[in-house]
Amino acid sequence: MVSRSLFDKIWDFHRIRAMDDGRDLVFVDRHVLQETTSAVAFDGLAEMMRPVRFPGLTFATQDHIVSTELRRDVASNPGGRELIGLMRANAERHGIPMYGLGDPRQGIVHVIGPELGIVLPGTIVACGDSHTSTAGGLGALGIGVGTSEVEHVLATQTLVLPKPKTLRMRFDGKAGLGITAKDMVLHALGQFGIAIGVGHAIEYAGEAIRALPVEGRLTVCNMSIEFGGRLGLIAPDEAAFAYIKGRAFAPSGEMWARAVAHWQTLFTDEAAIFDRELSLDISKAAPQITWGTTQEDVIGVDQAIPDPDTIADMDRRQRIAAAVEYMGVTPGKPIAGLPVDVVFIGSCTNARLSDLEAAAAIARGRHVAPGVRALVVPGSSAVKREAEARGLDKVFTDAGFEWRSAGCSMCVSINEDIVPPGARCVATSNRNFENRQGPKARTHLASPAMAVAAAVSGAITDVRRLA
Amino acid sequence: MKPRPFTNFSGIAAPLPLKNINTDAIIPAPYLRSPSADLAAGLFARWRYDDQGQEVPDFVLNRAPFRAAEILLGGENFGCGSSREAAAWALARFGIRCVFAPSYADIFYENAFRNGILAAKLSLEALDHAVSLAGAERAMFAVDLERRVLACPDGRELGFEVPAFRAEALTRGDDDIATTLRFSEDIAAFVARDGRERSWIHDLGDRA
Ligand code: SF4
Repeated sequence: MVSRSLFDKIWDFHRIRAMDDGRDLVFVDRHVLQETTSAVAFDGLAEMMRPVRFPGLTFATQDHIVSTELRRDVASNPGGRELIGLMRANAERHGIPMYGLGDPRQGIVHVIGPELGIVLPGTIVACGDSHTSTAGGLGALGIGVGTSEVEHVLATQTLVLPKPKTLRMRFDGKAGLGITAKDMVLHALGQFGIAIGVGHAIEYAGEAIRALPVEGRLTVCNMSIEFGGRLGLIAPDEAAFAYIKGRAFAPSGEMWARAVAHWQTLFTDEAAIFDRELSLDISKAAPQITWGTTQEDVIGVDQAIPDPDTIADMDRRQRIAAAVEYMGVTPGKPIAGLPVDVVFIGSCTNARLSDLEAAAAIARGRHVAPGVRALVVPGSSAVKREAEARGLDKVFTDAGFEWRSAGCSMCVSINEDIVPPGARCVATSNRNFENRQGPKARTHLASPAMAVAAAVSGAITDVRRLA
Repeated sequence: MKPRPFTNFSGIAAPLPLKNINTDAIIPAPYLRSPSADLAAGLFARWRYDDQGQEVPDFVLNRAPFRAAEILLGGENFGCGSSREAAAWALARFGIRCVFAPSYADIFYENAFRNGILAAKLSLEALDHAVSLAGAERAMFAVDLERRVLACPDGRELGFEVPAFRAEALTRGDDDIATTLRFSEDIAAFVARDGRERSWIHDLGDRA
């Protein structure tokens, strides 16, 4: 038998045929839709009078543009009404199950996928959203696609893709105090840069990855896209199977045993060869936080803002100088102590139950600093209910945080949750691009615990001092 | 939907040779709120307009020749970030038919071709040369897809890279869905076999 990587095994399994042009036609097991990237795809289908090939393998939710007010309906944000209405109408017309506004299963696509058992090990999951890579945390190939490809999946339940190259990224060492999955992936972005993954499927491996709970693995895979590629995955194990068992769409009874037998074949063979291998020791890493406008602009919270004048490469010097200017930070000055205006705990990266628990552990018995607006936006309606059942909402509201309904919210700011111009925000999301959280907003990415530390201190703070 | 077939052309090239231009910059989120938003106006909106919505005179696409640009000279890792295909739509609606950059993020690359935009790879050195000429008055660049050559106003020809299958599909203006539907029987056969092997994938019963 030829040795194969986990990625190769899953890809080969789904290959229906090779196309003449060298690309592969692969089967899509699960297609998840969200309201902002599907409307035009349905228009395309209608124009050509094409049906949805497998509505039963297709799921829809509403997350990007919905209001996150506690008591909300379609009238809460008039700006979202059109896309919310189109998603509902299109799902109804084609018989696609829809977990939208008001449905108990509503939530961010990449949160509800694993949570409902839509995402299973060894599957190919497609969604018109780049962070579909999250599914890799359960050993699935999560492929984020554009709207034309959404239309293609709707019409054919397949994708035509060039087979990516493979990259293995090992995380060695034991994570120190305060180091979460988010810190690990941010640290890797700082080390390897945001283009290392272009054209590659990334398999995360190593002792520190194995030690991560399933929700932490989802966080790491979520940010695979930040490396420039489309895909990231982690071999599923007993912890992954236990996570899936009993979920709404997970197999049960006799099917469960057969599914697990299949999933147990999903690992990288000892002698498998990757196109590229990288490794990183995380044992000495401090909690990470971004200081600039790309995800590779990241440092330990105990470090100082880089000084562009000390950088030899002209291109890089200019880019760093522009980021320093945009972010309003001082070269050479420690990042800790930088005052913040807004704190956002949410997004498909860090708004699952364990994230909210980690945040609440720091928030408990403390209070948001004067002048800081701090929001907690659960990743799904189910996360919200479960958090409330455990009293986390009370911990947050007692500490002066806003407790909101599930959605993308301030991660992408296409609803009404926006960081004011010039304001500085510590966010648990995944993108610190210029204007991402609103015009002229300044974003620092960090873990949920680090975000709470900033909220209660009114400034960027090393969470290890509060723990 | 079927893109318009790509044909060779000569046009003005707008230089924007920054690394890591992300799709949030290409088309900001507010333009995603409605399928009928004016994407041509939204292209690079945060760089093109100031807080009052007035044009920023220095920004390249606001300068005289470049308003009519059909070519964009970008930097490494062009189109990183979100999967929003509106980034490709905005470029197309503005009139950009061809982007040159040393590398592209994966999803943008796919989206560009699906919308009839040639996303060609050009070495850094060649790109620098093109950028140095782009500002001159009436500087026209000619794109020759068959020969994979960008002819500069100074006569120098810069070779670019694009996979053969992408170039051919672009020239034909392929409808990708129609192409795939030719293999409907293969897809059906896969599903029939897989339905027995992995029934848990296909048989959701009344769980949905
Ligand atoms: S939370 Fe942010 S990154 Fe995740 S799907 Fe929503 S908008 Fe995209």
